[in-house]
Amino acid sequence: MIPLSSQLLNLLAALFLLISFAMLAQRRILSLIHLYACQGLVLSLSALIVAYSTSQSHLYYSMFLNFALKVLIVPWILHRLIHRLNVQWDVETLINIPTIMLLGLALVIFAFNLSLPIVHLAGTINRSTLGIALASVLLSFLMMITRSKAVSQVIGFLALENSLIFAATSITYGMPMMVELGIALDVLVGIFILGVFFFHIRNQFDSLELKHMEKLKDN
Amino acid sequence: MTIPYGFIFQFIQLIMALVLSPMFLGWINQCRCWLQNRKGPGVFQPYRQLVKLFYKDAVLAENASPLFRMTPYFLFACMCLAGTIVPVLATNLPFASVADVIVLVGIFALARVFLALAAMDIGTAFGNLGARREMMIGFLAEPALLMVLFTLAFISHSTNLTTIVDTLSHTRFIIYPSMAFAMAAYLMVLLAENSRIPVDNPSTHLELTMIHEAMMLEYSARHLALLEWASSIKLYDYFVIGFALFVPWGIASGSHLSSMLLAFLALFIKLAVAGFGLALIEALSAKMRIFRVPEFLGTAFMLAVLGTLTHFLLEA
Repeated sequence: MIPLSSQLLNLLAALFLLISFAMLAQRRILSLIHLYACQGLVLSLSALIVAYSTSQSHLYYSMFLNFALKVLIVPWILHRLIHRLNVQWDVETLINIPTIMLLGLALVIFAFNLSLPIVHLAGTINRSTLGIALASVLLSFLMMITRSKAVSQVIGFLALENSLIFAATSITYGMPMMVELGIALDVLVGIFILGVFFFHIRNQFDSLELKHMEKLKDN
Repeated sequence: MTIPYGFIFQFIQLIMALVLSPMFLGWINQCRCWLQNRKGPGVFQPYRQLVKLFYKDAVLAENASPLFRMTPYFLFACMCLAGTIVPVLATNLPFASVADVIVLVGIFALARVFLALAAMDIGTAFGNLGARREMMIGFLAEPALLMVLFTLAFISHSTNLTTIVDTLSHTRFIIYPSMAFAMAAYLMVLLAENSRIPVDNPSTHLELTMIHEAMMLEYSARHLALLEWASSIKLYDYFVIGFALFVPWGIASGSHLSSMLLAFLALFIKLAVAGFGLALIEALSAKMRIFRVPEFLGTAFMLAVLGTLTHFLLEA
């Protein structure tokens, strides 16, 4: 019989994967940011459950950090950014969503198989969710590859970081506090720098489409 | 002499499918009216429409073949049969062991083929168009539906609906993450198969966007009534299958009268809530372009496959 906390963690992991797929298929930038905030919420909830059921106190701090950063601050900054850039109603032209979905499915199968031998080595209560975390990492990569707009690529990058933290909590109960603080700071600084970049890109090319950057390589 | 309770309840279940399905449709329409700030025609409007249609004289096209006249009866029979196989009130009914979920999908496919053939039979452009669209949706929705059912079959180690219901409702409650995926996929298939709003508009009068209605354009009077009734039973069937798969609580395992009454009450509440939910989905979403439908159903298929995969990863 699986304990209730494990069941809840599995459910949250499934939700995490679901959100990753939703981000892969989402065309609207505003909804993408909302999905990112949801993913952060699921991440901090699962950290909370792990912290409660294993009484690892440092995971509580990690949970608070994740919640503050990924559910409140970063989405707020992104909201402000897209308002200032006036792209909040932008709809991306994604080509062939079914193909991207099938590709994502193949990645999930790959990640699940890859994680099986590692899972047997770990002793954590939520070790079986590693496969899902790995799958989300690959899905975020796929999202960054398939997008052509700068903002959605950045959100893909942030989702990648979310999945990495999720993988870390699932296999080792999180990284040391210093590392986690460092990553959190990196994300925050990264967002600021990328925000400045958005304005530069738009000033230079009059659009946030990254395909215009190909012009740069000729000179 | 023992009274064959099983057969009596089986009969009651069939009658319920026949009687409740128009009311369920009426309830959905009523909720939709409320959500759109209209008064609505009341829950019993579909019955009035059926009665009106049954009193009229049927008009048949000159070149209609026997297939065209046969199809409404055939379709009606298919949906009734599907309604009897699903455990709605109790699990130990005599008909329940006749067929499993794969046969159930087969029955729906058979009905669809007949309806599409009948729509092409007269040779009008709209019938053809509707039949082609319906077949496209069908071939995309069926794999997704089968994958959903396989996920549930993996969980309960059986493709028989009664066993699935028994494992889920009469053992200790466990959260199955794969069920979340399967449920989302099933909902999408339900919307597509019953031509509800994101895929098709059931109350449209614009022939060019019709899918299900386009196939029935040539039918009139009692034939049309049977087809309308059959499609409302199909909607009811899909909902009770969904209840049996995902929220089986309340379905009786024995054939005691008290547990039957409880099952009946549970079914009523579930139908009321689910009908309101469907109306809410329909009120909130817009009909999508026909070329977006493969995307929609592709997502449903992907979710169903993900459900199976997460079952092996997290629950095995």
